[in-house]
Amino acid sequence: MTKRLLLPYGLVGPGLLAALALVALPLLLTLSLSFLPFTYADGIGDGFTMANYVEIATDGYYQEIFLRTFLLALIVTGVSILIGAPEAYILARLSPFMRAIAFVVVLGPLLISVVVRTLGWTILLGNEGVINRVLLSIGLISEPIRLMYTFTGMAIALVHVLVPFVVLAVWTSLQKLDPATEQAAESLGAGPLTTLTRIVLPQVLPGVLSGGLIVFALASSAFATPAIIGGRRLKVVSTTIYDEFLNYLNWPLGAALALVLLVIVLVISVGVSRFVERRYKQAFQ
Amino acid sequence: MAFLKLESLRKAYGEFVAVKECSLSIGEGEFVCLLGPSGCGKTTTLQMIAGFVEPTEGRIILNGADITRLGPSKRGLGIVFQSYALFPHMTVAANVAFGLEMRAIAKRERRERVAHMLDLVRLDGFADRYPRQLSGGQRQRVALARALVIEPSVLLLDEPMGALDALLREEMQIELRALQKRLGITTIMVTHDQVEAMSLADRVVLLNNGSVEQVAEPFAMYEHPSGRFASTFLGKSNVLAGDVSGASVLVGDQELPADLAGMSGAVDYIIRPEKITFAAAGGLVRGQVTARVFLGDRWLYQLDTPVGPMQVIDTNVGLPKAVEGDAVGLVWAAENARVVARGAAS
Repeated sequence: MTKRLLLPYGLVGPGLLAALALVALPLLLTLSLSFLPFTYADGIGDGFTMANYVEIATDGYYQEIFLRTFLLALIVTGVSILIGAPEAYILARLSPFMRAIAFVVVLGPLLISVVVRTLGWTILLGNEGVINRVLLSIGLISEPIRLMYTFTGMAIALVHVLVPFVVLAVWTSLQKLDPATEQAAESLGAGPLTTLTRIVLPQVLPGVLSGGLIVFALASSAFATPAIIGGRRLKVVSTTIYDEFLNYLNWPLGAALALVLLVIVLVISVGVSRFVERRYKQAFQ
Repeated sequence: MAFLKLESLRKAYGEFVAVKECSLSIGEGEFVCLLGPSGCGKTTTLQMIAGFVEPTEGRIILNGADITRLGPSKRGLGIVFQSYALFPHMTVAANVAFGLEMRAIAKRERRERVAHMLDLVRLDGFADRYPRQLSGGQRQRVALARALVIEPSVLLLDEPMGALDALLREEMQIELRALQKRLGITTIMVTHDQVEAMSLADRVVLLNNGSVEQVAEPFAMYEHPSGRFASTFLGKSNVLAGDVSGASVLVGDQELPADLAGMSGAVDYIIRPEKITFAAAGGLVRGQVTARVFLGDRWLYQLDTPVGPMQVIDTNVGLPKAVEGDAVGLVWAAENARVVARGAAS
């Protein structure tokens, strides 16, 4: 009897320990680190201070970085949904053979190392890059568009790698959709657009939501893409954290930034998902 | 005057021909069943009428107008899908109102018509439920209400009873038939269930391998099947391959009586198992009972005879008339046997 009761704990145990050691503990250490004082003369001191959080909240420099990060995440999420959801819809209607090929293409960005992929984008986006050369040679523009080290450039590169998450999430939702509901709407007199907005979209909303949340979380904490394409001029929170830790050695401030980022992403994700689930209750059951 | 006319409809997917040739005239208010085994093309035919599948050849004429190339949203037909295809994120009332909304009918009239229709399918009080809160039979009635509320010229039903259990199916069949008669709406139903087709339809269209095998009223089709396929798909039949010899049909070396009406050559001799009775001595054919199955209201006997295995159905009036191993004679009236030229209609 006791053996049987202990078995589930025994099975869960290793995973739980790993999660505690690799997630919970570092998180707790970061939390305690963020309350330590820091001076450039003496480094990390002892004691308890809210100074790091006060600095983040009052210094316009950090506010700008947070604002830029979440604006970027928001735009990337929006564009990814706009591209990914229709893409999933089209994918679901392809023949099995074409779908298999299309899936490899869609998931391609995820299969490539982040550094290689981002360096690839620098080749495309630079002033002497492929995109500008093509646009110049066909005469669409008279001088190169600045894409490297810009907000637009970061958004483009992030959308590229994050769209697959929306496609996968929406595709999963579409699997559960009875295609006859579209035919039913059509037979009742609905045009293609009405069918899409009134019948298909509400039914795949859970997929759009979960895909969107994944993209938002990943975009707001992305590091490599903003670091390479945004550069030193366009800092986002994650690159700022990196700088605080490794360039200024101000670990407590870096830790505080990391926790603020974590909390904001959590609050936004939970808030949005609660709101959407309540607003469109029936689509989620 | 035909209300809905299918003229030589054909549908091919590359090499594969789903519907070879389907021509049909359906009168206003008629209830027609497209009956056939799976893969016979009945659903494809329905989809062509609905407009979801474009015919490769042929025309569809509805009330004098050619609708062959018209989109499904412009045909104004009511369709009940096999899966019902209710909108899961809408209430029953919103589901039923959808078609009216698409026709830009004022909110007030919409509400009245929805309420009336829900009343008609006995679902008043369910307006604010969601599809997943309903039973199978209730869902089907919502689907029916949604299709009927737009006052369609033709009602199309795609295996509407497929997902229901036997008892509920019978109940829904009676209800559907009553509703159809009451509204007088032209109805086409696809089914693979011969009992359903016979009990509901004014006329049955029997399809096989993409072609129309026979079109007839249920009783006529049952009594005068066009051939081997019709006789075995609709009810049970003993089909014996024979040759015309004088005034009777020679099967093996047995002479069987028949109304030949000038036929000759190779024929299929068809006799329904319930038209055969046992005779202690003599009989047209003698055989041995190999198995019997009790079906409640009747017994089904399997016999070995010189003309091959035969089936006999006998009404249960108390004691069974034979047991396994009994040697019995079989008798039937010549007018109950149907003789068709072999291979005439598969």
